[in-house]
Amino acid sequence: MWRLARTFVLVQNKFGMSNKEWPLWEVFVRSKAGLDHKHVGSLHASDATMAIEMARDVYTRRQEGISIWVVESAHIHASNPDDAGSFFDPSNDKVYRHPTFYDLPDELKHM
Amino acid sequence: MMRDYLMHLADNALIMGHRLSEWCGHGPILEVDMALANIALDQVGAARSFYQYAAELDGNGATEDTYPYTRDVREFRNILLCELPNGDFADTIARSLFFDAYQFLFYTALQGSSDERLRAIATKSLKEVTYHQRFSSEWTVRLGDGTAESKQKMQKAIDNLWDYTGEMFAPSATEKAMLASGIGVDIASLRSAWEDHIRATLEEATLAYPLRKEGAWFQQGGKTGIHTEYMGFILTELQYLQKSYPGAEW
Repeated sequence: MWRLARTFVLVQNKFGMSNKEWPLWEVFVRSKAGLDHKHVGSLHASDATMAIEMARDVYTRRQEGISIWVVESAHIHASNPDDAGSFFDPSNDKVYRHPTFYDLPDELKHM
Repeated sequence: MMRDYLMHLADNALIMGHRLSEWCGHGPILEVDMALANIALDQVGAARSFYQYAAELDGNGATEDTYPYTRDVREFRNILLCELPNGDFADTIARSLFFDAYQFLFYTALQGSSDERLRAIATKSLKEVTYHQRFSSEWTVRLGDGTAESKQKMQKAIDNLWDYTGEMFAPSATEKAMLASGIGVDIASLRSAWEDHIRATLEEATLAYPLRKEGAWFQQGGKTGIHTEYMGFILTELQYLQKSYPGAEW
């Protein structure tokens, strides 16, 4: 019952004020077996069940997927854009980290 | 007989789909708007399959468009429930709850038809209707077990539409003949499974199951072409273009 009761529960936002907005969810869709789930967008829903059903209607109408993940946006922690330099630039000149010297069979499509 | 049966199946799907399509652009939230439009398209798609089959049987240049666009009210065979106005969101959900549960059981049974074409349509449609039923059942529970206002509106919708559910299980002469020939579905036998699903859903939604005496009066007429006043307005809109510009195509 908890998930149903939550549908209309007021959501507390970070300022401690309540509003009637449903929480935001990020949607990930796997387009076919063997591929990973890719972020496709976001939507508002009261709980995970509703989020998955809505994601089905909004993001897989044109046969885009065979599997859906949703995660509440609030649970995603992102790197700070200001850190981009110290985080990512040092790997620019380290080509030896790329496994470019292997011959891949043609059947391997998604490396 | 077969043609009349096909019209009944097609008209149920078409008119339900048309009603749901009226929500397009008016849904309570974007995601529900799209869900209702998806379901409407599923229904219109199923209707097309039945109309195409009828056109092949009829010959004489009939196409799938002949039936929805050129018949008058009295020739439509859909049940009254499908043509009732959308009302508010709870009314629409209640109508879908009743109809989806029926269609799910109907298509499941139609998979055992002696007619290969109907079996194929039933199998394809069943996947779609399984989702429709999930959508309408889920929303019934959310609204029933929601706020005081949503609960009151959902209960009112269930009670108001209840008298239109009896027609689903009352076989017309056509349905009796089709059952006897092994093609049609024994709709009267679907009733107890339908009631079980509705009862369980309403229970989860903390809503009251409408109690009626055994054999109580119910609304009917659609299966023999006696429709509500709403049907004429639906066809006015649905058929406007073909009536103004006969044979128009794009």
